[in-house]
Amino acid sequence: MTASPNRRLRRQSCRKFLGDFYAVIIYAIFYIPVLVMMVFSFNNAKRNYAWEGFTTQWYGKLFSFGNHDLWESLAYSLAIAILATAISVVIGVLGGIGLKKFEFRGKKFINLMLYVPIVVPEIVLAVAMLIIFITVGVKLGIGTIVAGHCTFCIPYAVVTIKGRISGDNETLEEASMDLGANRFQTFWRVTIPSIMPGITSAAFLSFTLSFDDVVMSNMLAGASQSTLPVLILSVNRTGVTPDINALTTIMVLVMVAGMLTVNGIQRSLRRRELRAAEEAETARLNAARF
Amino acid sequence: MSGPSALRKKRHSRLPALAQAGPVSVWMILFVTLPLLFIIYISFMTRGTFGGVVYEFSSASYETLLDATYFKVILKSFQVAVLTTVTCLLVGYPFAYYIARKPADVAARLIMLLMIPMWTSSLMRLNAWMLLFQTNGPVNNALMALGLVHSPVKFIYTDGLVLLGLITNFLPFAVLPMYSSIEKLQGNLLEASADLGARPAVTFFKVTLPLTFPGIFSAIILTFIPALGTYTITDMLGGGKVLYIGNIIKNQFGTIRNWPLGAALSVLLLLITALLIFIYSRFAKIEDMEVL
Repeated sequence: MTASPNRRLRRQSCRKFLGDFYAVIIYAIFYIPVLVMMVFSFNNAKRNYAWEGFTTQWYGKLFSFGNHDLWESLAYSLAIAILATAISVVIGVLGGIGLKKFEFRGKKFINLMLYVPIVVPEIVLAVAMLIIFITVGVKLGIGTIVAGHCTFCIPYAVVTIKGRISGDNETLEEASMDLGANRFQTFWRVTIPSIMPGITSAAFLSFTLSFDDVVMSNMLAGASQSTLPVLILSVNRTGVTPDINALTTIMVLVMVAGMLTVNGIQRSLRRRELRAAEEAETARLNAARF
Repeated sequence: MSGPSALRKKRHSRLPALAQAGPVSVWMILFVTLPLLFIIYISFMTRGTFGGVVYEFSSASYETLLDATYFKVILKSFQVAVLTTVTCLLVGYPFAYYIARKPADVAARLIMLLMIPMWTSSLMRLNAWMLLFQTNGPVNNALMALGLVHSPVKFIYTDGLVLLGLITNFLPFAVLPMYSSIEKLQGNLLEASADLGARPAVTFFKVTLPLTFPGIFSAIILTFIPALGTYTITDMLGGGKVLYIGNIIKNQFGTIRNWPLGAALSVLLLLITALLIFIYSRFAKIEDMEVL
């Protein structure tokens, strides 16, 4: 006997409901900390332990004079993230192309080394770099932090770029050279534009990894200024001040707004392209009719 | 004579390779290979009386690891990392499956929805868990209001809260590789299995699970290894009272200053990582590892 179609339908919709319900719970687990973080930016207390009433004063304090520490940390984090992203993208893009295109001795070894920062616990690499910096006598500070961040950003950039390069690139490059462009022109005018989406995602990834990093920034900082995450780690035990929540809330909202804008622009561009293609097609058909 | 011109040609064709693959090779050797070799070397040196290193061979650091106090920490870190990984896999796989079975545009949006919370500083998200579970925080208030407990439960600075932090922190990194493996799975294989009379459970264990193995193993690598080496999560939620391997390593380079011991613990983590990667390479190609 097979189940009646009615019962099967009911079982199917029940299963669908269970799936949706499960997904909602998982998303809740991801979003609850974010929402709590935001709510506590309105907490009327000097330090965040318990909820003590609503206030918007922290947003005001954030933009008033005398709140230098937080802004300095943010500026320091941003400077490090921008430097690390720039270096990682340049080395990562060149490396991604080079490792995909050329065969050379030791290539396997370099590929293996690229996996190391991705899989090895960050503390191990941070400590290893710290020991060598101190032994060689490198002064700890922004330079060593940027070097540390680049070391885990470059592998991600290389992997992202490698995934973008396909057989098509080679054909395009050959065509460009056949048409008289030199290597350099081909690289700038053909190779780079063809992997542009990969470059943007490598840059985005490097920036987020560097900006949110704690371990390297903490171990390789020496006596220098703290980055924002290191500051949060150090004040956590005595209680995070709500102005940090306010700043983080603003940053998340800016990121989401930025992402939505970029998505919107991309979508409208795509739509315009589609419409242009449609119009061209109609024009062609009209022309063919006469 | 073709000698010099051939040589020039060869050198000429080497230049682009050197310009492109050169910087990344130099960077990796300088900042990955050398530091790792050096830390292995340091782990076999002697501890200086006032911190630092005396360059004399000694296996004291590795013997210290077998001391009851340290060994207990190592064992506990292992247990917690295993627990975190297993939970992330069991919770994350159905979730990844749920997303992967949606139409492509819906799935892309669901993945986006998964990424947005990660734009919030991970430390602030950990701090939020602590605020929720404070002694007079919302969770305790709710439990008391419901009459489930009579006095506030102490959640903060416990292993339980650290475990919650670990799981919520690493779950997205377990979901993403499993999602991309499941998404690649071809529907007609599942249909074929069903048509040949396999029950859904059989299809799952004989077709779906083996084919999504690279994603599952990548998820293991991306949760187990960082969970084993973390010190920020334990520091944020354990308040210095919960110590795992990562904290012990970090302390050797701060207040305690026993570099060889910190180096030996780091080498231990390196060996575990290498072992996991080796096991993976026995079952699948390294190139198929979903690390992004």
